[in-house]
Amino acid sequence: MPAIKALPDYLRECQEQVEGHARDYGLDFFPIAYEVLDYKTMNEVAAYGGFPTRYPHWRFGMDYEQLAKSYEWGMSKIYEMVINTNPAYAYLLEGNSMIDQKLVMAHVCAHVDFFKNNYYFSKTNRKMIDGMANHAARVRRHMERHGQDVVEEFIDTCLSLDNLIDPMSPFIQRSAAPKADTGEEDLRDNSGRLRSKGYMESFINPPEYLEAQKKKREDEAKKIKKRFPEQPQRDVLAFIIQHARLEPWQRDCLEIVRDEAYYFAPQGQTKIMNEGWATYWHSKILTEKTVTAAEIIDYADACSGVLATSPGQLNPYKLGVELLRNIEERWNKGQFGKAWDECESMEQKRNWDLRTGLGRKKIFEVRKMFNDITFIDEFFTLEFCLEQKFYAFGFQERSGSWEIMSREFKKVKDQLLKMLTNRGQPVIVVEDGNFENRSELLLKHIHEGVDLDNGQARDTLRNASKLWTRPVSLLTKVEGKGKLLRCEDGNHTERSADYSL
Amino acid sequence: MSQKIDLDHGRFRQIIRGKIKQNLRKYISQGEMIAKKGKDRVSIPIPSVDIPHFKHGDKQQGGVGQGQGEVGDSLGQGEEQPGGPGKASDRPGDHLLDIDVSLQELAEIMGEELELPRILPKGTEKIVAWKDKYSGIRTTGPESLRHFRRTYRQAMRRQIAMGTYDAKNPVIVPIREDKRYRSWRKEPLPQSNAVIIYMMDVSGSMGDEQKEIVRLESFWLETWLTSQYHGIESRYIIHDAMAKEVDRDTFFKTRESGGTMISSAYKLCAKIIEEDYPSTLWNIYPFHFSDGDNWSVDDTHTCVELLKKDVLPHVNLFAYGQVESPYGSGQFIKDLTEHFEDDERVVTSEIKGKEAIMDSIKEFLGKGK
Repeated sequence: MPAIKALPDYLRECQEQVEGHARDYGLDFFPIAYEVLDYKTMNEVAAYGGFPTRYPHWRFGMDYEQLAKSYEWGMSKIYEMVINTNPAYAYLLEGNSMIDQKLVMAHVCAHVDFFKNNYYFSKTNRKMIDGMANHAARVRRHMERHGQDVVEEFIDTCLSLDNLIDPMSPFIQRSAAPKADTGEEDLRDNSGRLRSKGYMESFINPPEYLEAQKKKREDEAKKIKKRFPEQPQRDVLAFIIQHARLEPWQRDCLEIVRDEAYYFAPQGQTKIMNEGWATYWHSKILTEKTVTAAEIIDYADACSGVLATSPGQLNPYKLGVELLRNIEERWNKGQFGKAWDECESMEQKRNWDLRTGLGRKKIFEVRKMFNDITFIDEFFTLEFCLEQKFYAFGFQERSGSWEIMSREFKKVKDQLLKMLTNRGQPVIVVEDGNFENRSELLLKHIHEGVDLDNGQARDTLRNASKLWTRPVSLLTKVEGKGKLLRCEDGNHTERSADYSL
Repeated sequence: MSQKIDLDHGRFRQIIRGKIKQNLRKYISQGEMIAKKGKDRVSIPIPSVDIPHFKHGDKQQGGVGQGQGEVGDSLGQGEEQPGGPGKASDRPGDHLLDIDVSLQELAEIMGEELELPRILPKGTEKIVAWKDKYSGIRTTGPESLRHFRRTYRQAMRRQIAMGTYDAKNPVIVPIREDKRYRSWRKEPLPQSNAVIIYMMDVSGSMGDEQKEIVRLESFWLETWLTSQYHGIESRYIIHDAMAKEVDRDTFFKTRESGGTMISSAYKLCAKIIEEDYPSTLWNIYPFHFSDGDNWSVDDTHTCVELLKKDVLPHVNLFAYGQVESPYGSGQFIKDLTEHFEDDERVVTSEIKGKEAIMDSIKEFLGKGK
C-alpha cells in the first residue's frame, strides 16, 4: 500500500458530514479510509480489483489497458471504488466536483454497511489487503524459484477454473467423519432382518425379503465403494487441490486462486442488492440532508447517469434501488401478508394503506438476510414488473437479431432468476474422481436449459486436464442430447453419452 | 505502484506480441485487419488471450431488460449480445480481443518473424533536411514567441534589484528590456526518403481475388518500408494496353478489359522517376504486379530494354510479383528471370494465393535493399 495521504480538509469535513447523516439513518459501517487518486492511478487500482498489492499477472495489465483506453476515449470513468475490508478502503477520483465526491462518499458508506452486515459477506476475510499481499509474496517466491513464465502460465490454467467453486460452502457445516452410530437404535440388524418375536419371524422377515435386503445392501456397498467423491462436489477447485498430483508450489498457487475467488464471490452474489442499497442511501442522504440548491442540478445529472437503462441491458443499480423503494413502500403501507396476497381486486390493492410504517425496518432486514436470488425471488412482484417495464429478450434466429421476447411476468422473473443462479455461471460438479477406473476426472455440467459455450468449454477442459495431469471428461448436453467431451494431452474427443449416467 | 502496473502491462504487451507473431501468417493473408487501419495504428483481433472459462452459450441464454418497446422489437443485430445482460459492460468480451498495435511495432514483429534485414538507405549522408528546434532564449523576437515565465522572472529580478518589489503587494510589470523570447536553431535532420511506385495490370484476366492479393501484399510491403524510412510516398499506376497514374482508391478498384502492354507501365514509371524523384535524393521502389500475360514477345523486349536503361539505374529494388490467375500464361516472370538472373536489383516472386503472400514478402524484402 502506498502511504495514505491525509485527506484534504474540505473532503475530511465532507466525510464527517456524510457519515454523521448516515449514522443517524442507522447505517452501521466499518471505519472508512479514503484516498484521492488521479485517473491513472485509479485505473491501476481498478485493474487490480481494488487491491494494489495483487500478485503479478499479465491480465491485470490487460484490464488496465482496457480501462485506460475507455477512459481516454471518454467512454467510461470510474467514480469510486471501495473494498470489503476493515477498515474499508475507498478511492476518490481527483478533480471530481464536490457534489460528485459527496455522492460517492454516501454511496461508499452504504456499501461498507452492506459489507459489514450482509450475511453473505460474514465469512470473508476482512484483512484481505494483507491477505492479497501475502498471496503476492508467495507467488513472487514461486516465480523466483521456478521462473516467471512457468508460474504465470500455471496461474493462467488455475484461473480458467476459478468459477468452479461453491459460494455457499463456507456456510455449510459438514461433519468431518462419516456419520457414526447415531444412537438411534436401528430397527434392523446387519442382515437387514427386522426385529421380531420368534413366533412372528416368518411373517416379518420372510426369506424373499431377506434375500432382497441382502442384494440391496450389496448394491449400495458397491455404489459407495465406486463413488469418489461420495457426493458430486461443487467445489471443483478444492477437489483438485486435495487429489491432483501437483507440486507443492502448484498446489499453493491453486489455493491462492481459490482463496481469492471465494473472497470475491459474495460480491457476485449480491451485486443488485449491494448497488441498490448504496444508490438508495446516496440519494436519501443527499436529497434530504446535504445537497444545496446550487448543487441539485448536478446531483440529478450524476444520479440519472447511474440509473440510466439501455436496451438489452440490465442496470443493477436501477433494479436494486427501485425494488428496495418498492419494498419500503409496501411495508409502510402494510401491503404484505396473507390478506394482501389473497386480495384479487386491483382497485383495492392500489389504495391499500394500513399505515404500518415498517418500511425502513424491513429494508434493513432485507439487506441483512438476502442475496440477489432470494431478493428477486421474494420481492419481484407482478405489480413491480409492470410498473418498471421489464421484459425478457432473446436471440431470434429467424431475424438474426436480439429481440424482446416477452413482457409476461412469469417469463421475466424466470429469466431473471436463471441469470442470477450460481452468479450466472454454469454449475459444474466433480462426478467421479476415478472415472472408468483410470484415475481420470469426470466433471458434470448440471444442465439447466442452457448449453455451454463449446469453444470455451474445450479450452477450459484442456486446462482442467493440465491440472489433473490425467485426462478429464465433461458430461453435458448439447441441443438436448447427452455429450461427453474428453481431453487427453490437449486432444479433444467427443461422443454422445447417456446424460443421466 | 505505477511501476507495478507497468510490469504487468508490459507482460501483457509481450504476450500480445507473441500471439501476433504466432499468427502472423494468418494475419498477413487476411484483409480484415487492414480494414481497421487507422492513421498509424491497426486494430488486430487476437484470439484466446483471455482466460477460458466454462460459461453459458449466449444464444440460448437471453436476458432481461427494462424500458419501452413491443414484443418482437429488435435490440440489435448480429451475434453479439447487446450490452451483456447483468454484467458490467467494462469487461472484455469472451470472443476476440481487439488490440491496438502501432504500425511501427507491427513492422518490427514482421521483421523478426520473417528475419528481414534492415535496409541500408543509399546516400543517407547526402540527404539532409533542416528542422527548426527551439533551443534557447534571447532578448528580441516576435511577440508570439515571448516566453511568459522567463519574462516575468526577469521583471521580478529587476524589480527586486531596484527595490520596487513589494512582497505584500506583488505586482510585477515587465518593461521592454525584461522581455525574453524563444529562439531556435536550424538542425540538420538526416533523412532518407523513399517512394514506392505500384504498378498493376488491370486487364481482364486479373480478377478480384488477384487484386485482393495485391492489396494485402502492398499493405505489408508498405508497412515494412515505412518502418525503415522517415518519409515515404506512394504512386499508383494501372495499365492494360495503356498506362495511367491513378489514386490509391482507383488503383485497387479499377477493372478494365482488354489486352496487356507491360511496357506502357514501365514507360510511365520511368517518366515519373525522371520528373519527380532524382535518384540521388530518393530511394525508389517500383513494385509491379501482374498475372504474367504480356501482349507480345516484342513488348516484352521493350520492357527489358526500358528496365535496363531507364528504370534499374535509379532504383533500389525492382520487384515483380506474379499473381497466379486461371487466364494468365505466366510467361513474363520467366522472361524477366532470363534477362535479369544476375541482377541484384530485380526480384521476382510468384504468388500462388493468399497463403503465399508471406513468403513472397520475404523474397521481396529479404535482400535488405
